[in-house]
Amino acid sequence: MKRLLPFIIVIAVGVLAVGGGAYLYRTKRPAGPRLSKIESGPASGTVHVLGPENAAVTIEEFGDFQCPPCGRLSEPINQLQRQYNIRVIYRNFPLPMHAHAREAACAAEAAGRQGKFWEMHDLLYREQDVWSHSMDARALFEAYAGMLQLDLSRFRNDMDSNEVQEQVELDQRRGAAIGVRTTPTIFLNNQAVAPGDTNPDKLPPMVENAVKGAKPSS
Amino acid sequence: MNSQVGESSISGSSRAQTILYGAAALIAVVGLAEATYLTVMYLVGETAVCGGSSDCFQVLGSSYARIGRVPVSGLGALAYFSAFSFATFAGFGYAPARRFFSWTVIAMFCTTLWLLYVQAFRLHAFCRYCLFSAALIFLLTGLVVARPAGERT
Repeated sequence: MKRLLPFIIVIAVGVLAVGGGAYLYRTKRPAGPRLSKIESGPASGTVHVLGPENAAVTIEEFGDFQCPPCGRLSEPINQLQRQYNIRVIYRNFPLPMHAHAREAACAAEAAGRQGKFWEMHDLLYREQDVWSHSMDARALFEAYAGMLQLDLSRFRNDMDSNEVQEQVELDQRRGAAIGVRTTPTIFLNNQAVAPGDTNPDKLPPMVENAVKGAKPSS
Repeated sequence: MNSQVGESSISGSSRAQTILYGAAALIAVVGLAEATYLTVMYLVGETAVCGGSSDCFQVLGSSYARIGRVPVSGLGALAYFSAFSFATFAGFGYAPARRFFSWTVIAMFCTTLWLLYVQAFRLHAFCRYCLFSAALIFLLTGLVVARPAGERT
Protein backbone atom coordinates (compact mmCIF):
# COMPACT_ATOMS: atom_id res chain seq x y z
CA MET A 1 0.00 0.00 0.00
CA LYS A 2 2.86 2.35 0.90
CA ARG A 3 4.33 1.83 -2.57
CA LEU A 4 1.07 2.96 -4.15
CA LEU A 5 0.56 5.96 -1.89
CA PRO A 6 2.70 8.49 -3.87
CA PHE A 7 0.88 7.49 -7.07
CA ILE A 8 -2.47 7.99 -5.38
CA ILE A 9 -1.44 11.40 -3.98
CA VAL A 10 -0.06 12.64 -7.32
CA ILE A 11 -3.11 11.46 -9.27
CA ALA A 12 -5.47 12.96 -6.67
CA VAL A 13 -3.75 16.36 -6.85
CA GLY A 14 -3.69 16.21 -10.66
CA VAL A 15 -7.41 15.42 -10.80
CA LEU A 16 -8.12 18.14 -8.26
CA ALA A 17 -6.16 20.73 -10.26
CA VAL A 18 -7.80 19.82 -13.57
CA GLY A 19 -11.27 19.52 -12.00
CA GLY A 20 -10.89 22.78 -10.08
CA GLY A 21 -9.65 24.54 -13.20
CA ALA A 22 -12.56 23.18 -15.26
CA TYR A 23 -15.05 24.24 -12.59
CA LEU A 24 -13.55 27.73 -12.43
CA TYR A 25 -13.61 27.95 -16.21
CA ARG A 26 -17.29 27.00 -16.32
CA THR A 27 -18.21 29.62 -13.73
CA LYS A 28 -16.09 32.36 -15.28
CA ARG A 29 -16.50 31.91 -19.00
CA PRO A 30 -18.59 34.51 -20.82
CA ALA A 31 -22.16 33.40 -21.24
CA GLY A 32 -22.43 34.71 -24.82
CA PRO A 33 -25.64 36.45 -23.93
CA ARG A 34 -28.36 37.64 -26.27
CA LEU A 35 -28.94 41.26 -25.56
CA SER A 36 -32.41 42.29 -24.66
CA LYS A 37 -33.63 45.42 -26.39
CA ILE A 38 -32.15 48.49 -24.76
CA GLU A 39 -33.65 51.82 -25.53
CA SER A 40 -33.68 55.15 -23.81
CA GLY A 41 -35.98 55.38 -20.86
CA PRO A 42 -35.95 56.01 -17.18
CA ALA A 43 -34.03 52.80 -16.45
CA SER A 44 -31.22 53.42 -18.93
CA GLY A 45 -30.73 57.15 -18.49
CA THR A 46 -29.00 58.89 -21.39
CA VAL A 47 -28.24 56.72 -24.39
CA HIS A 48 -25.68 57.87 -26.93
CA VAL A 49 -26.89 56.97 -30.40
CA LEU A 50 -25.65 57.72 -33.90
CA GLY A 51 -27.73 56.96 -37.00
CA PRO A 52 -31.44 56.55 -37.68
CA GLU A 53 -33.77 54.68 -35.36
CA ASN A 54 -35.04 52.46 -38.17
CA ALA A 55 -31.58 51.49 -39.44
CA ALA A 56 -31.32 47.95 -40.74
CA VAL A 57 -28.28 47.26 -38.58
CA THR A 58 -27.55 48.35 -35.03
CA ILE A 59 -24.20 48.06 -33.32
CA GLU A 60 -24.13 48.43 -29.58
CA GLU A 61 -20.75 48.75 -27.98
CA PHE A 62 -19.75 48.50 -24.34
CA GLY A 63 -16.43 50.30 -24.35
CA ASP A 64 -13.67 51.55 -22.13
CA PHE A 65 -11.91 54.69 -23.34
CA GLN A 66 -8.57 53.45 -22.00
CA CYS A 67 -8.80 50.01 -23.61
CA PRO A 68 -6.49 49.83 -26.66
CA PRO A 69 -8.64 47.35 -28.66
CA CYS A 70 -11.62 49.71 -28.19
CA GLY A 71 -9.48 52.54 -29.53
CA ARG A 72 -8.51 50.53 -32.60
CA LEU A 73 -12.16 49.74 -33.26
CA SER A 74 -13.45 53.29 -32.88
CA GLU A 75 -12.63 54.64 -36.33
CA PRO A 76 -13.72 51.52 -38.27
CA ILE A 77 -17.12 51.71 -36.53
CA ASN A 78 -17.38 55.39 -37.43
CA GLN A 79 -16.61 54.52 -41.06
CA LEU A 80 -19.24 51.78 -41.09
CA GLN A 81 -21.77 54.18 -39.63
CA ARG A 82 -21.10 56.74 -42.33
CA GLN A 83 -20.92 54.23 -45.16
CA TYR A 84 -24.05 52.20 -44.38
CA ASN A 85 -25.94 54.66 -42.17
CA ILE A 86 -26.18 52.05 -39.45
CA ARG A 87 -27.20 52.79 -35.89
CA VAL A 88 -24.43 52.89 -33.30
CA ILE A 89 -25.06 52.89 -29.56
CA TYR A 90 -22.21 53.46 -27.13
CA ARG A 91 -22.25 52.49 -23.47
CA ASN A 92 -19.55 53.05 -20.89
CA PHE A 93 -17.89 50.05 -19.34
CA PRO A 94 -14.71 51.39 -17.70
CA LEU A 95 -12.63 48.51 -16.39
CA PRO A 96 -11.23 48.89 -12.88
CA MET A 97 -7.64 48.19 -13.89
CA HIS A 98 -7.52 51.21 -16.17
CA ALA A 99 -6.55 54.10 -13.94
CA HIS A 100 -8.17 56.87 -15.98
CA ALA A 101 -11.00 54.98 -17.72
CA ARG A 102 -13.74 56.02 -15.36
CA GLU A 103 -12.65 59.66 -15.44
CA ALA A 104 -12.58 59.50 -19.23
CA ALA A 105 -16.11 58.08 -19.27
CA CYS A 106 -17.22 60.96 -17.05
CA ALA A 107 -15.50 63.42 -19.39
CA ALA A 108 -17.41 61.99 -22.36
CA GLU A 109 -20.68 62.10 -20.42
CA ALA A 110 -19.96 65.68 -19.33
CA ALA A 111 -19.30 66.63 -22.95
CA GLY A 112 -22.55 64.87 -23.81
CA ARG A 113 -24.37 67.23 -21.44
CA GLN A 114 -23.33 69.98 -23.87
CA GLY A 115 -24.25 67.93 -26.96
CA LYS A 116 -20.71 66.83 -27.82
CA PHE A 117 -20.51 63.26 -26.59
CA TRP A 118 -19.42 61.80 -29.91
CA GLU A 119 -16.85 64.51 -30.52
CA MET A 120 -15.32 63.81 -27.11
CA HIS A 121 -15.65 60.05 -27.71
CA ASP A 122 -13.61 60.31 -30.92
CA LEU A 123 -11.06 62.65 -29.35
CA LEU A 124 -10.55 60.41 -26.31
CA TYR A 125 -9.91 57.39 -28.49
CA ARG A 126 -7.69 59.31 -30.89
CA GLU A 127 -5.58 60.70 -28.03
CA GLN A 128 -5.81 57.55 -25.91
CA ASP A 129 -2.09 56.92 -25.93
CA VAL A 130 -1.39 60.41 -24.59
CA TRP A 131 -3.79 60.72 -21.67
CA SER A 132 -3.54 57.04 -20.70
CA HIS A 133 0.08 57.59 -19.70
CA SER A 134 -0.41 61.00 -18.20
CA MET A 135 -0.08 61.65 -14.49
CA ASP A 136 -2.79 64.28 -14.76
CA ALA A 137 -5.32 62.97 -17.25
CA ARG A 138 -7.98 65.35 -15.99
CA ALA A 139 -5.99 68.36 -17.16
CA LEU A 140 -5.91 66.82 -20.63
CA PHE A 141 -9.65 66.12 -20.56
CA GLU A 142 -10.22 69.77 -19.75
CA ALA A 143 -7.92 70.73 -22.61
CA TYR A 144 -10.00 68.53 -24.93
CA ALA A 145 -13.15 70.22 -23.64
CA GLY A 146 -11.53 73.52 -24.56
CA MET A 147 -10.71 72.22 -28.03
CA LEU A 148 -14.35 71.25 -28.47
CA GLN A 149 -15.35 74.75 -27.36
CA LEU A 150 -17.32 73.51 -24.39
CA ASP A 151 -18.26 75.70 -21.46
CA LEU A 152 -15.32 74.72 -19.26
CA SER A 153 -16.76 75.50 -15.84
CA ARG A 154 -19.94 73.60 -16.70
CA PHE A 155 -17.83 70.72 -18.02
CA ARG A 156 -15.87 70.59 -14.75
CA ASN A 157 -19.02 70.67 -12.66
CA ASP A 158 -20.69 68.01 -14.78
CA MET A 159 -17.66 65.73 -14.59
CA ASP A 160 -17.90 65.76 -10.80
CA SER A 161 -21.68 65.67 -10.63
CA ASN A 162 -23.60 62.75 -9.19
CA GLU A 163 -25.72 62.55 -12.34
CA VAL A 164 -22.71 61.87 -14.56
CA GLN A 165 -21.21 59.37 -12.10
CA GLU A 166 -24.56 57.60 -11.86
CA GLN A 167 -24.90 57.49 -15.64
CA VAL A 168 -21.55 55.71 -15.95
CA GLU A 169 -22.52 53.30 -13.17
CA LEU A 170 -25.87 52.67 -14.81
CA ASP A 171 -24.16 51.69 -18.07
CA GLN A 172 -21.81 49.40 -16.16
CA ARG A 173 -24.60 47.74 -14.20
CA ARG A 174 -26.57 47.23 -17.39
CA GLY A 175 -23.55 45.64 -19.06
CA ALA A 176 -22.79 43.43 -16.08
CA ALA A 177 -26.42 42.31 -15.94
CA ILE A 178 -26.30 41.00 -19.51
CA GLY A 179 -22.96 39.27 -19.12
CA VAL A 180 -20.48 41.91 -20.31
CA ARG A 181 -17.10 41.22 -18.73
CA THR A 182 -14.50 42.64 -21.06
CA THR A 183 -14.17 45.44 -23.55
CA PRO A 184 -14.94 45.95 -26.31
CA THR A 185 -18.12 43.92 -26.13
CA ILE A 186 -20.17 44.39 -29.27
CA PHE A 187 -23.74 43.45 -30.03
CA LEU A 188 -24.72 43.32 -33.66
CA ASN A 189 -28.51 43.51 -33.99
CA ASN A 190 -28.82 42.40 -30.37
CA GLN A 191 -26.57 39.39 -30.95
CA ALA A 192 -23.28 39.24 -29.04
CA VAL A 193 -20.26 39.23 -31.34
CA ALA A 194 -17.61 36.67 -30.32
CA PRO A 195 -14.68 38.37 -28.52
CA GLY A 196 -12.28 37.15 -31.22
CA ASP A 197 -14.29 39.00 -33.88
CA THR A 198 -14.33 42.42 -32.23
CA ASN A 199 -11.41 43.80 -34.19
CA PRO A 200 -10.99 46.03 -37.25
CA ASP A 201 -10.36 43.02 -39.54
CA LYS A 202 -13.35 40.89 -38.65
CA LEU A 203 -16.08 43.29 -37.57
CA PRO A 204 -16.52 45.31 -40.81
CA PRO A 205 -17.23 42.22 -42.99
CA MET A 206 -19.73 41.02 -40.40
CA VAL A 207 -21.51 44.36 -40.46
CA GLU A 208 -21.45 44.44 -44.28
CA ASN A 209 -23.03 40.98 -44.37
CA ALA A 210 -25.66 42.08 -41.89
CA VAL A 211 -26.45 45.14 -44.01
CA LYS A 212 -26.70 43.01 -47.16
CA GLY A 213 -28.83 40.41 -45.41
CA ALA A 214 -31.19 42.92 -43.86
CA LYS A 215 -34.57 43.44 -45.47
CA PRO A 216 -35.27 47.03 -46.42
CA SER A 217 -37.28 48.61 -43.65
CA SER A 218 -40.53 50.26 -44.58
CA MET B 1 26.83 0.64 19.50
CA ASN B 2 28.12 1.81 16.15
CA SER B 3 25.30 -0.01 14.47
CA GLN B 4 22.77 1.83 16.66
CA VAL B 5 24.30 5.20 15.80
CA GLY B 6 24.17 4.26 12.13
CA GLU B 7 20.51 3.26 12.30
CA SER B 8 19.62 6.38 14.23
CA SER B 9 21.45 8.50 11.65
CA ILE B 10 19.65 6.79 8.77
CA SER B 11 16.30 7.21 10.51
CA GLY B 12 17.02 10.91 11.18
CA SER B 13 18.08 11.47 7.59
CA SER B 14 14.95 9.74 6.34
CA ARG B 15 12.77 11.91 8.56
CA ALA B 16 14.54 15.07 7.40
CA GLN B 17 14.08 13.93 3.83
CA THR B 18 10.37 13.36 4.33
CA ILE B 19 9.93 16.77 5.94
CA LEU B 20 11.96 18.52 3.26
CA TYR B 21 10.17 16.94 0.32
CA GLY B 22 6.83 17.28 2.12
CA ALA B 23 7.41 21.01 2.44
CA ALA B 24 8.47 21.18 -1.21
CA ALA B 25 5.31 19.33 -2.29
CA LEU B 26 3.18 21.70 -0.24
CA ILE B 27 4.81 24.78 -1.80
CA ALA B 28 4.39 23.25 -5.27
CA VAL B 29 0.68 22.65 -4.63
CA VAL B 30 0.20 26.32 -3.71
CA GLY B 31 2.00 27.31 -6.92
CA LEU B 32 -0.08 24.84 -8.91
CA ALA B 33 -3.30 26.39 -7.57
CA GLU B 34 -2.15 29.89 -8.45
CA ALA B 35 -0.92 28.96 -11.92
CA THR B 36 -4.16 27.06 -12.63
CA TYR B 37 -6.17 30.11 -11.57
CA LEU B 38 -4.15 32.40 -13.85
CA THR B 39 -4.49 29.96 -16.76
CA VAL B 40 -8.27 29.89 -16.38
CA MET B 41 -8.37 33.70 -16.18
CA TYR B 42 -6.35 33.82 -19.39
CA LEU B 43 -8.68 31.37 -21.15
CA VAL B 44 -11.83 33.29 -20.23
CA GLY B 45 -10.25 36.61 -21.14
CA GLU B 46 -10.29 37.96 -17.59
CA THR B 47 -6.56 38.51 -17.38
CA ALA B 48 -7.58 42.12 -17.44
CA VAL B 49 -9.28 42.12 -14.05
CA CYS B 50 -6.10 41.25 -12.20
CA GLY B 51 -7.28 42.49 -8.84
CA GLY B 52 -7.80 45.99 -10.16
CA SER B 53 -4.10 46.51 -10.83
CA SER B 54 -3.05 48.12 -14.10
CA ASP B 55 0.54 46.88 -13.65
CA CYS B 56 -0.76 43.36 -13.40
CA PHE B 57 -2.76 43.75 -16.59
CA GLN B 58 0.27 45.20 -18.32
CA VAL B 59 2.30 42.10 -17.46
CA LEU B 60 -0.32 39.37 -17.94
CA GLY B 61 -1.69 41.02 -21.08
CA SER B 62 1.77 41.39 -22.66
CA SER B 63 3.27 39.22 -25.38
CA TYR B 64 5.71 37.83 -22.77
CA ALA B 65 2.79 36.18 -20.97
CA ARG B 66 2.28 33.63 -23.72
CA ILE B 67 4.32 31.47 -26.06
CA GLY B 68 2.39 31.22 -29.29
CA ARG B 69 -1.13 30.59 -28.08
CA VAL B 70 -0.06 28.92 -24.85
CA PRO B 71 -0.16 31.05 -21.69
CA VAL B 72 3.04 31.01 -19.63
CA SER B 73 0.85 30.40 -16.57
CA GLY B 74 -0.26 27.10 -18.15
CA LEU B 75 3.36 26.05 -18.53
CA GLY B 76 3.89 27.17 -14.94
CA ALA B 77 1.04 24.91 -13.81
CA LEU B 78 2.69 21.97 -15.59
CA ALA B 79 6.04 22.80 -14.00
CA TYR B 80 4.51 23.06 -10.51
CA PHE B 81 2.70 19.76 -11.01
CA SER B 82 5.95 18.11 -12.10
CA ALA B 83 7.77 19.55 -9.08
CA PHE B 84 4.97 18.35 -6.82
CA SER B 85 5.05 14.83 -8.31
CA PHE B 86 8.82 14.50 -8.08
CA ALA B 87 8.86 15.87 -4.52
CA THR B 88 6.16 13.40 -3.50
CA PHE B 89 7.98 10.44 -5.01
CA ALA B 90 11.29 11.63 -3.54
CA GLY B 91 9.65 11.94 -0.13
CA PHE B 92 8.59 8.31 -0.40
CA GLY B 93 12.15 7.28 -1.11
CA TYR B 94 12.24 7.05 -4.91
CA ALA B 95 15.85 8.05 -5.51
CA PRO B 96 15.63 9.07 -9.22
CA ALA B 97 12.80 11.48 -8.39
CA ARG B 98 15.24 13.60 -6.34
CA ARG B 99 17.31 14.34 -9.42
CA PHE B 100 14.23 15.14 -11.53
CA PHE B 101 12.95 17.38 -8.74
CA SER B 102 16.23 19.30 -8.65
CA TRP B 103 16.34 19.80 -12.41
CA THR B 104 12.70 20.90 -12.55
CA VAL B 105 13.22 23.46 -9.78
CA ILE B 106 16.41 24.75 -11.39
CA ALA B 107 14.58 25.20 -14.71
CA MET B 108 11.75 27.01 -12.90
CA PHE B 109 14.27 29.21 -11.10
CA CYS B 110 15.97 30.22 -14.37
CA THR B 111 12.59 30.97 -15.99
CA THR B 112 11.62 33.05 -12.96
CA LEU B 113 14.80 35.11 -13.24
CA TRP B 114 14.00 35.78 -16.89
CA LEU B 115 10.40 36.76 -16.07
CA LEU B 116 11.56 39.08 -13.28
CA TYR B 117 13.99 40.69 -15.71
CA VAL B 118 11.18 41.17 -18.25
CA GLN B 119 8.94 42.79 -15.65
CA ALA B 120 11.65 45.08 -14.30
CA PHE B 121 13.43 46.16 -17.46
CA ARG B 122 11.11 45.60 -20.40
CA LEU B 123 7.59 46.10 -19.10
CA HIS B 124 8.45 48.33 -16.14
CA ALA B 125 5.57 46.79 -14.25
CA PHE B 126 5.25 44.02 -11.70
CA CYS B 127 2.38 41.58 -11.42
CA ARG B 128 1.59 40.54 -7.86
CA TYR B 129 0.68 37.00 -8.95
CA CYS B 130 4.02 36.66 -10.71
CA LEU B 131 5.89 37.97 -7.67
CA PHE B 132 4.08 35.50 -5.44
CA SER B 133 5.00 32.69 -7.80
CA ALA B 134 8.61 33.91 -7.87
CA ALA B 135 8.67 33.80 -4.06
CA LEU B 136 7.40 30.20 -4.10
CA ILE B 137 10.06 29.19 -6.61
CA PHE B 138 12.78 30.85 -4.56
CA LEU B 139 11.56 28.81 -1.59
CA LEU B 140 11.70 25.61 -3.64
CA THR B 141 15.19 26.53 -4.81
CA GLY B 142 16.17 27.15 -1.21
CA LEU B 143 14.99 23.67 -0.30
CA VAL B 144 16.97 22.15 -3.17
CA VAL B 145 20.11 23.99 -2.06
CA ALA B 146 19.53 23.25 1.63
CA ARG B 147 19.31 19.49 1.18
CA PRO B 148 21.99 17.45 2.97
CA ALA B 149 24.94 16.67 0.69
CA GLY B 150 24.03 12.97 0.58
CA GLU B 151 20.62 13.85 -0.87
CA ARG B 152 22.00 15.61 -3.93
CA THR B 153 22.14 12.65 -6.24
